[in-house]
Amino acid sequence: MPDPMKIRANHSGDTTEVKVLMNHEMETGQRKDSQGKVIPAWFIQTVTATCNGKTVLSAQWGPAVAKNPFLSFKFKGGAKGDKVQIAWVDNRGEKRMDEATIA
Amino acid sequence: MTAPMMRVAAAIAAVGAVVTFGAALAQDRTADEIAKYREALQDGNPAELYEARGEEMWKAPRGPNKVAFTACDLGQGPGVVKGAYVQLPRYFPDANRVQDLESRLVWCMVHQQGYTEAEATKQPFGNGSKRSDLEALVAYVVGQSRGMPMNVSLDRPQMKDMYALGEKMFFFRGGTHDFACSTCHGDDGKRIRLQDLPNLTTRHGAQKAYTTWPAYRVSQGELRTFEWRLNDCFRQQRFPELAYDSDAAIALTTYLAYNANGAAYDGPGIKR
Repeated sequence: MPDPMKIRANHSGDTTEVKVLMNHEMETGQRKDSQGKVIPAWFIQTVTATCNGKTVLSAQWGPAVAKNPFLSFKFKGGAKGDKVQIAWVDNRGEKRMDEATIA
Repeated sequence: MTAPMMRVAAAIAAVGAVVTFGAALAQDRTADEIAKYREALQDGNPAELYEARGEEMWKAPRGPNKVAFTACDLGQGPGVVKGAYVQLPRYFPDANRVQDLESRLVWCMVHQQGYTEAEATKQPFGNGSKRSDLEALVAYVVGQSRGMPMNVSLDRPQMKDMYALGEKMFFFRGGTHDFACSTCHGDDGKRIRLQDLPNLTTRHGAQKAYTTWPAYRVSQGELRTFEWRLNDCFRQQRFPELAYDSDAAIALTTYLAYNANGAAYDGPGIKR
């Protein structure tokens, strides 16, 4: 099971700002280890954010995204107390979903 | 989304653009761009991920004795982490030794949790998939002192000796390059490539440097501890490898930590 994400969600005015830190190696597949063997690619491919069952962000990522990625985005329509769910799937099929309450 | 990556690209582009300008101007603009890059990183510091992992480890029973770190006394009583880091290094009568945070964690692992010394210090620094428990524990403990003023005391004679030793080491020249710590960190305005180096002989320089370590190093994708920082300085000076949990490392830490007294601790930080 991958390590949990850190999610912060704050509402002000009519927008909600979400900041997410994800735990992931994000290996590009371009690097070699000390024996000269290629380290296989291992990265997050899809990210989905939902609020009240509605998708507010969906993204397709590639190997160019940094290790332990930080994602920040804003959306309209959230309210204090609502839950925001962030889910990712990587190219090995591993998944992680975490939830935060909008403050 | 990929803000750090884009900032890297921007910083690199900026570096490329300024090469043709005068050296002084180029240096200023580069420093500005790096400052902007740092600011952008501050918002999402992955050190938080290490803090979360460290907190879990702190509370879980560990080792052959199944003892949690809640039995570990960092100087404020067993298990107390709040404000512990700003008073380290300190003299611990039970160990009869001055210890910094990392040596104290190792001591608790050996004397309370039942690990051998070799097991406890097997992976002091993480490297790719080989993760370091100590780095995560350090991240958690130092994070609990954020905002508190550095307050290292030299009241004990053992601490005075350690400080004096650390000061001597700081100015001691040696190795194949005839280097001392003070060669790079004893004057204002020095750099290694694009990195501005703090002048650690001044109060301001020591405060600025000490209070932002340990830190997440973006280029390495790891949280780096203070002993790692010293270890890597030794490597850059072509000194013999600085042994983990050694008196040499603790003495230098004592010297720098005491010089940083009074400044608010601001770690774990984030570095390029």
